[in-house]
Amino acid sequence: MSAPVEITHAFEDVNLAKLEMSLRSPRTLASAVLSAVAVTASLVACVPLVSVLAMLLYRGGSRITWEALTALPPAAMAAGGGFGNALVGTVTMVGIATAISVPAGILAASFLALIGPETRTASAVRFAAKVLTGLPSVLAGVFAYGAVVLVTGSFSAPAGGVALAVLMLPTVILTAEEAIKMVPTRMKEAAIGMGATQSQLLLRVVLPTAMPGILTGVMLAIARAAGETAPLLFTALFSSYWLLDLGRLNLMKPTASLAVLIYNFSSAPYDNQVSLAWAASLVLVVMVLGFNIAGQVLSRNRHRR
Amino acid sequence: MSSATLGFGSRSAESIAQPPSTSDRVVDRLIRLLTLGVAWSIIGLGTYIVLQIAWVARPAVARFGASLLVSRTWDSNRELYGLVPAIWGTLYSSIVGLVIGTFFGLSIAIVLSQDFLPTSLEAILKNVIELLAAVPSVVYGLWGIFVVIPTIRPLADWCNAHLSWIPIFGTPLRGPGMLPAAIVLAIMVLPTVSALSREALMAVPSKIKEAAFGLGATRWETILGVLVPTALTGIVGSVMLGFGRALGETMALAMLVGNANSISVSLFAPGTTLAALLALNFPEANGSESQALMYAALVLLAITLAVNVVGTAIVNRATRRLRGLK
Repeated sequence: MSAPVEITHAFEDVNLAKLEMSLRSPRTLASAVLSAVAVTASLVACVPLVSVLAMLLYRGGSRITWEALTALPPAAMAAGGGFGNALVGTVTMVGIATAISVPAGILAASFLALIGPETRTASAVRFAAKVLTGLPSVLAGVFAYGAVVLVTGSFSAPAGGVALAVLMLPTVILTAEEAIKMVPTRMKEAAIGMGATQSQLLLRVVLPTAMPGILTGVMLAIARAAGETAPLLFTALFSSYWLLDLGRLNLMKPTASLAVLIYNFSSAPYDNQVSLAWAASLVLVVMVLGFNIAGQVLSRNRHRR
Repeated sequence: MSSATLGFGSRSAESIAQPPSTSDRVVDRLIRLLTLGVAWSIIGLGTYIVLQIAWVARPAVARFGASLLVSRTWDSNRELYGLVPAIWGTLYSSIVGLVIGTFFGLSIAIVLSQDFLPTSLEAILKNVIELLAAVPSVVYGLWGIFVVIPTIRPLADWCNAHLSWIPIFGTPLRGPGMLPAAIVLAIMVLPTVSALSREALMAVPSKIKEAAFGLGATRWETILGVLVPTALTGIVGSVMLGFGRALGETMALAMLVGNANSISVSLFAPGTTLAALLALNFPEANGSESQALMYAALVLLAITLAVNVVGTAIVNRATRRLRGLK
């Protein structure tokens, strides 16, 4: 640094060389070392995701065949087989959970964000939703076991759907509330000014405008539900057969799912079953990441608008 | 927007505005009542879940009382049930996982909030960490069995051979154990800790940071001396919520912790946790054992509920406090 003479004159006792940034100064050195540690730690934290994806492609990719996607699970020593029924079971149970949690979640969020945002009911609902977010998934399973399995007398797909719905609900409520709050006030005021009632405002203006944001939350909730395993051990168990039996659909019986299949086969001593667990994991992760990315794309479009 | 698409119905060309008709009012009332009803049912659901779990645990509470909380054996043949090893394992694995996860999570939060990386790299890192949270825990379990355990085995063997006088390295790693479980737990709590800590750090007003720089502090003197203390409440809250997540995590632990009903401080020894105990034993349990498992569920509910309520309260207080700083 070469400073003009007049200025250095005013600070004659300042040693400019000492102000240079130098790694020989302990304070700068400490700062540089900590920066290196923090950046390294951040990069190391990315390793698990890369490793998981690489292993899934390496061990599961080669096993993805038409047969794996459509056949029934193989017996202990048998070759071949697949996880067709588990795929159907996962889609069925996530479908049931979505059908329960999305309408309920959107209605509750409408109340929180539009109908009665400042009421005491609203803060109680928000608190309940936040606490439900932290509910361990295994306890959602215990709840659905008591509320559905013990009442209907059998492990079933609807019981699994109820457990997953409990886990989806808080995500749907809290994200939909945020999305509804982001609808510009001037749009709401315009509708009210034209004589719209609150529910017309809600159904015709606010919900359509907030829909991309609401769908983001729904996608994230579906992604989470599809991968849940523990609640299904209490509600749907597993099955080596199709839901559709001899042309008749019977939902009230144990139902297979990808997640439980992975769990069951991961500890199996037979290579065929272990490699099917990897293939099923690949399918499950592709589904989950697909829903996640779809949700993020939706929310990015919303921000651009 | 035309009146037709809004559906208010227009009668005159001059004005599309009109007061709601009687039927509009009735429908409005009904829909508002519906949203209120659904909102109440969320509170109802929360209460119902707690009561339902308490209800299925009721026979075990009546039969065993508090003896489950102090007994150490779990033997379904002799109808002896003790939850001490599971409670110990739950806390031990969560705390070890949380220590590792907090170190990495906080590093990421600092890197992402203090302009360490170019914006494009920052976005990639943020997305990768978010995707870490998306991978299902059963897949982490599978990955843990086939990747984590073989990878850490040489290190564990060396530690056990040379440092076995330190209690945490006291036993050899024979497959599943506390450390592999804690490593996977760390990966699973890391996104929670890093996202919430990052928010807390970013909420610190920039004038405070600029004042520190102006006084001649280096970047890390500013971060550790000013930013982290200011955002501390939020960071502690994020760690509490991560703790809540770790306590309730089930599948990865059920697959990696070893399912041994024992208490050991060794990181390499197998153990069990409340959630893993439930998931592993429930499908085959009957009679008194499934009753005892419901008792375990109730204990887990009480612990996670307490941790989550405290964590949420701390995070809420942090946001309110920082609002005052601005």
